[in-house]
Amino acid sequence: MASRDDIKFLSNPNIGSRRKKYCRFKKFGIKHIDYKDADFLLQFINEQGKLLPRRITGNSLKYQKRVAVAVKRARHLAILPYVTDLLK
Amino acid sequence: MRQYEVTFIVDPVLSGDEIKSTAKTYEDMLTTEGSKIVNVDDMGLRQLAYPINKRSSGIYYTLEFAIESGDIIPKLELALRRDERIMRFLTIKLDKYGVKYNEDKRNGLIGKVVRKDKKDKKDRKDNRGSIRKEKPKPAPTPTISKTEEE
Repeated sequence: MASRDDIKFLSNPNIGSRRKKYCRFKKFGIKHIDYKDADFLLQFINEQGKLLPRRITGNSLKYQKRVAVAVKRARHLAILPYVTDLLK
Repeated sequence: MRQYEVTFIVDPVLSGDEIKSTAKTYEDMLTTEGSKIVNVDDMGLRQLAYPINKRSSGIYYTLEFAIESGDIIPKLELALRRDERIMRFLTIKLDKYGVKYNEDKRNGLIGKVVRKDKKDKKDRKDNRGSIRKEKPKPAPTPTISKTEEE
């Protein structure tokens, strides 16, 4: 009979341990958010072009507000759509 | 000294010379008012995210300029609003980080950094997915080998 020592856990211990969210602006030292950079702003909006909440993006309040301003500026200049479907 | 940035969309129906002259008029207007043009960025013809004035594309221009006082801004915006060749415009005041960002972008430092971050994230996600897929597999294998031995 094979040794059972290699089986340490019955179930995968990594299940349920959630990755800690972080603010990417603080972590990477991004101080200015460019409203002309559509690819970057796409990370903060959902498929309908709506802003994602802080609880999903992990942004700090300061930078979430700046992201919101940048997205709104981009919408005004038709870089991002106001309303859409299947953006991603 | 304050730095401003004005982005505007020019009607794409116009001819190439007309488009250039449109951008030039605003450059001249700013210089005559005593501002210093820091940079002119011609982003070229871009697809609009939604139609404006029944046009689906436009030519984007960004003028970055430095001036002592902001008194010129209402004048500039009035001129832009009256101009039929301009479809949209947006003026913003740049803070010190914005000035630095634009400088770095011109020197080609910004695009790389942002892309690196994105790649890191993707790699991490991939690793996470592969670990989760692989880990449950080893568990059933010992049981199979055990049955074979028996």
